[in-house]
Amino acid sequence: MTNAWTDIRNTDLVIVMGGNAAEAHPCGFKWVTVAKAERGAKLIVVDPRYTRTASVSDYYAPIRPGSDIAFLMGVIRWCIENGKVQWDYVKNYTNAAFLVRDGFGWADGLFNGYDAEKRAFDMTEWDYQIGEGGFAKTDPTLTDPRCVWNLLKAHVEVYTPEFVTNVTGTPKDRYLKICELIGECSAPDKVMTSLYALGWTQHSKGAQNIRGMAMLQLILGNIGLAGGGVNALRGHSNIQGLTDIGLLSNMLPGYMTLPKDSETDYPTYMSTRGNAPLRPGQTSYWQNTPKFFVSFMKSMWGDAATADNDWAYDYLPKLDVPYYDILRTFDMMAEGKVNLYFAQGFNPLLSFPNRGKVTAALSKLKMLVVMDPLTTETAHFWEHHGIHNDVDSAAIQTEVLQLPTTCFAEEDGATVNSGRWLQWHWKGATPPGEAKPDTFIMANIFRRVQDLYRAEGGAFPDPILNLTWDYADPMEPTPEELAKEMNGRALATVYDPKDATKVIAEAGQQVPNFAALRDDGSTMSGCWIYAGSWTEAGNMMARRDNSDPGGMGTYLNWTFAWPANRRILYNRASTDLSGKPWDPSRKLIEWTGEKWEGFDVPDISPTAKPEEVMPFIMTNEGVGKLFSRKGLKDGPFPTHMEPFESPIANPLNPGLRGNPAARVFKGDLEQMAATGDPDFPCVATSYRLTEHFHYWTKHDKVNAALQPQFFVEISEELAAEKGIARGGWVRVWSRRGEVWAKAVVTKRIRPLTCDGKTVHVVGIPLHWGFMGAARKGFGPNSLTPFVGDANIDTPEFKAFLVNIEPASGEGMA
Amino acid sequence: MTDRAPQPTTAAANPPVQPLASNLLPSDVVRASAMPHITAPDRQLTKVAKLIDVSKCIGCKACQSACAEWNDTSPEIGENVGLYENPADLSSEMFTLMRYAEYENPATNELEWLIRKEGCMHCEDPGCLRACPAPGAIVQYSNGIVDFIHENCIGCGYCVTGCPFDVPRISPVKHVSTKCTLCSDRVAMGQGPACAKACPTQAITFGTKEAMIAHAEERIEDLKSRGYENAGLYDPQGVGGTHVMYVLHHADQPSLYSGLPDDPQIAPIVEDWKGPAKKVGLAAIGLAAVGAALHGIFARPLKVEPEDEEDAEGLVEAAERRAREDRA
Amino acid sequence: MKRVYSAAGDRIVSHDPLIVRRYGPFTRANHWLTAVSMLVLVLTGFAFFYPSLFFLTGLFGGGQIARWLHPIAGLVMAASFLILFVQLVRLNLPRREDVEWSMQIGDLLSGNENVMPPLGKYNAGQKLVFWGMAGLLAVMLVTGIMIWEEMVPLWQDRFPTLAGIPARRIAVALHALSAVLMMLLLILHVYAAIWTRGTFSAMLNGTVTGGWAYQHHRKWLRELAGRQGEGKPE
Repeated sequence: MTNAWTDIRNTDLVIVMGGNAAEAHPCGFKWVTVAKAERGAKLIVVDPRYTRTASVSDYYAPIRPGSDIAFLMGVIRWCIENGKVQWDYVKNYTNAAFLVRDGFGWADGLFNGYDAEKRAFDMTEWDYQIGEGGFAKTDPTLTDPRCVWNLLKAHVEVYTPEFVTNVTGTPKDRYLKICELIGECSAPDKVMTSLYALGWTQHSKGAQNIRGMAMLQLILGNIGLAGGGVNALRGHSNIQGLTDIGLLSNMLPGYMTLPKDSETDYPTYMSTRGNAPLRPGQTSYWQNTPKFFVSFMKSMWGDAATADNDWAYDYLPKLDVPYYDILRTFDMMAEGKVNLYFAQGFNPLLSFPNRGKVTAALSKLKMLVVMDPLTTETAHFWEHHGIHNDVDSAAIQTEVLQLPTTCFAEEDGATVNSGRWLQWHWKGATPPGEAKPDTFIMANIFRRVQDLYRAEGGAFPDPILNLTWDYADPMEPTPEELAKEMNGRALATVYDPKDATKVIAEAGQQVPNFAALRDDGSTMSGCWIYAGSWTEAGNMMARRDNSDPGGMGTYLNWTFAWPANRRILYNRASTDLSGKPWDPSRKLIEWTGEKWEGFDVPDISPTAKPEEVMPFIMTNEGVGKLFSRKGLKDGPFPTHMEPFESPIANPLNPGLRGNPAARVFKGDLEQMAATGDPDFPCVATSYRLTEHFHYWTKHDKVNAALQPQFFVEISEELAAEKGIARGGWVRVWSRRGEVWAKAVVTKRIRPLTCDGKTVHVVGIPLHWGFMGAARKGFGPNSLTPFVGDANIDTPEFKAFLVNIEPASGEGMA
Repeated sequence: MTDRAPQPTTAAANPPVQPLASNLLPSDVVRASAMPHITAPDRQLTKVAKLIDVSKCIGCKACQSACAEWNDTSPEIGENVGLYENPADLSSEMFTLMRYAEYENPATNELEWLIRKEGCMHCEDPGCLRACPAPGAIVQYSNGIVDFIHENCIGCGYCVTGCPFDVPRISPVKHVSTKCTLCSDRVAMGQGPACAKACPTQAITFGTKEAMIAHAEERIEDLKSRGYENAGLYDPQGVGGTHVMYVLHHADQPSLYSGLPDDPQIAPIVEDWKGPAKKVGLAAIGLAAVGAALHGIFARPLKVEPEDEEDAEGLVEAAERRAREDRA
Repeated sequence: MKRVYSAAGDRIVSHDPLIVRRYGPFTRANHWLTAVSMLVLVLTGFAFFYPSLFFLTGLFGGGQIARWLHPIAGLVMAASFLILFVQLVRLNLPRREDVEWSMQIGDLLSGNENVMPPLGKYNAGQKLVFWGMAGLLAVMLVTGIMIWEEMVPLWQDRFPTLAGIPARRIAVALHALSAVLMMLLLILHVYAAIWTRGTFSAMLNGTVTGGWAYQHHRKWLRELAGRQGEGKPE
């Protein structure tokens, strides 16, 4: 989230698209109801289904799964055409005026530089025209045809209301009504917030869905404002923490990245991460990367990381591929290239696409270790459970070890919510049986592996032998120790760079914030963005003071929010160029004439002059990017792409299938239905229900009673067409598998008309498996395709093709 | 034990950390089933109410879950019958249930998903209490809460017939009638009900009835501003008002909400049964008994006199003789 | 002589004094089983109907047991009465003299029994009790089953309307109404037995005196004597 959960109450308009906040985030959704009740805010829902969120909305419109970009580009086009643009914001705080290289272009649904063979674009031309001093050229008058604004206008030209409604299936009157409601928020004192979740990410163009909304919010001038922003509602408790501390195969903590194979030394690595400002006087905060990187390396290898060995740069693994995401890992596993797999706190058998392939992959492992508080389906993937897990146990030789772990309520620690708040919690119960904290298990494994390296040597034992492991009990690092390590401390006395006599931190003291981090080895910090979470003043995450002096819901003394306890990112943009709030009644910060002050931690240097330093300090430009340069692999602007499995051809280019830049593994395309495949006429989409949390709560008897059995949701029209009765059994199948479910026949799903075709939607919730208290059932992943987003490879769970028929019983025709 | 718990004012209040005595005592009972003459309480507690704002309700069932957890019930892990309602009905293990109705509003042409939390309404004039034959099995406290006292319940099910909302369910295991207690045990400790505590959107709020009505009025104003001209409060006067109230977008048509009664009243037949029938029945039986007694005292009993015996013998002899002759 | 006014087993057992058997041991046991179950029903039923009589449940070990016992006693009574019914039904069918007898009921009540028409084994009042009991019992059986909470799950799916609350409300009211009427009949039955001296022995040892039979059921007595004369008393 750019903003915070509590900030939603400040909004005038909530748009929930690509998510179902009421259903999947009921507690956070409270703030939507507060905004509605106390501010008179309106709520719009755009979703293939009339969801629980829609049930409390002011306006709802249906949309075909996987057509969000067309909708969003259409809204942008409508706003431009109807003058619903926050011009002061767009001109000053976005890259609208930046001039783009002449080689950049778009035709037939593709940007320039596409190589079909590599499924990749040559992105060289996706950049600004660079002028004197290495700065980007701009045209503040926005007249140059190569300025971003004019390119954007040209780019969205195709998204006429007719085009949009034809692709999305959204009725035109509803679409235009929503355009109008959104357009109102271009006024400086009207703010819209966007709440989205996996309904946007789980597409082969998920990142571009979100880009579309980010661009719209920039055009409306809603980023950085109270009640505004683009707000990702994270799908898992603490999944925000997972990304923060870099638990992705290509990441380091604090959103730094692992080196590639080609980056053989530290200077090479840092040369592409220098982030020189692209406009004069801009902050470009990532210029500080060396400080964060060196502090991280010192936290990892302590004294073994020195200036002489480039802070142990060689100890870091180097990636031979962009990343080892779950799809790549399981594709390799399916090819027999993985021997040992740790499933720590997740349930791949039900969570990863194309369950048939997942089962085949797990069956090729030598050993599978499952660390989980619950006995997961993955841990029992080899067990025959009738049609619910129809495997030949005797043919599976994988050895499975289950290591029971504690769950969050059985241990102290911090959970990071979607609003980036690190909220410390205390153990509420004693773990059952032999359950151990994950840290205990990992420490024990590590110490044993380290002993093996010490005893037997190895190709390169140094990173393992020299790893800092200074915990009081090496076999069980405590949450407090780990939290302090992530915050970081001074290794030598740290002085204020502006006043060399002023000590910021004595050696051994916790650093107060990331500004205290140094690139000379005098500080260490496990995760720079968490600096400030455990300072000399104590555990900031454990604070529980809910006073709110400004009445803006920032609650600065409640826990700790990264970065720097800031609650609303880019909050400098909540004021006009001179530093006055766009809406004085919703003041976050303002320029006093000398410095920035207010109810939130300013997202800018406190003394940065308002007319000189622009609000988007993390970008090289200092402004928000309507044109994302080379940021995304599938284009600097979002362009409509069909899902890999689609009932209609891409009207921009019927030859395109899915996202042209998405990675497809060998054999997976063959397991996908053809475009408009008559054998698979229905569009399916997967989702969660409030009654359950993923595959956990089906183990709980109360939750199991509240939603006991796997079902699919279909329209009354589809039910009538196929002869399906409410509450009857149905069989649903795709090119990859089949499931049996109870049929919920509802008015809340309606057939859509897209490109002249009637498109039926089949809704498939995801909470059942063959373990736990609820009735045995299936997950949508028995049906979903093995393909992900072009940028981050999140699997395409939200739009795929199936067929459906009535069944006389479970497992029967 | 130290102070007495305060009267609850909000569901969001935190539990007291020091031991407190209950604020809901047997002496606060104003009405008890089958006990027409009970001592009037020496104090009047402030009337409380739970307000369910259906326009804020997202149907998440957190209330159901909290209810089961707090009351330690085990709702059945049933089947999906093609609806979102689960369990399929209220039961002795599930005191509250989300009901979902899909409604196409003819006025706006919009689909509406009307979601209502069903459960005991805590009527000011409780039909269950009137129907109950077991002394003290159903009580009403002066704060308005209607509670079932299981020790006194005989499991006859009369309350089921008395309730205008079809709420009580008889446990097939414990043979006692069950329903929402408005968490009288929590309220006694200054807390709001578990469902209100769990509700993520504050669709369920709890406090004094006066405060809840005032809050409802604000909500109704908001709904009217959004085009729900008939928004209103459901506090049906046919049962004297209720201590569980709804804010409805369509207060003119409560039955849209999965059959919420438009004008609930204690069924006349139940009124007759528990009211006049008892008196008339008693009178009839009494009259008959008294009449018989008086007749017994004043009228001559039908007695067999010795001459009757002789007449009988004569008759028998004559009859036997005639029979013998006929046979011969 | 065909039996018109008497049942099998009715016979003159002694001539001096004249003693007539009115009920055999089975019928008497049957009657008393019915009576005992009725007593249980009356006590528990009154306890449920009148709060001031709820204490009567204490006779059975409390409200829960009384609630459990009441429908069981009801079934016992219904079954027992059914057996009784089969035995007694023929002689309780209405006859012409019942009309005359009923018209002259005033004479009877004021003690002028001598002017009443001669009767068979039962007079119209007894027949009223018999048929009234039978009818009310049928109503109580049906309504009782409808409100027998523990049994409802066994049949509610097949008869959802009858299991519905509106139907149950009617059932409880009818059940109570029938109970009141039955009480009136019971009072009539018992009082008539008290008022008509010499009646109890019919249900205690099974016999009545000849005078009793002569006075109240002359045709019955005459038929028995006639059959005796034919030599086929049984």
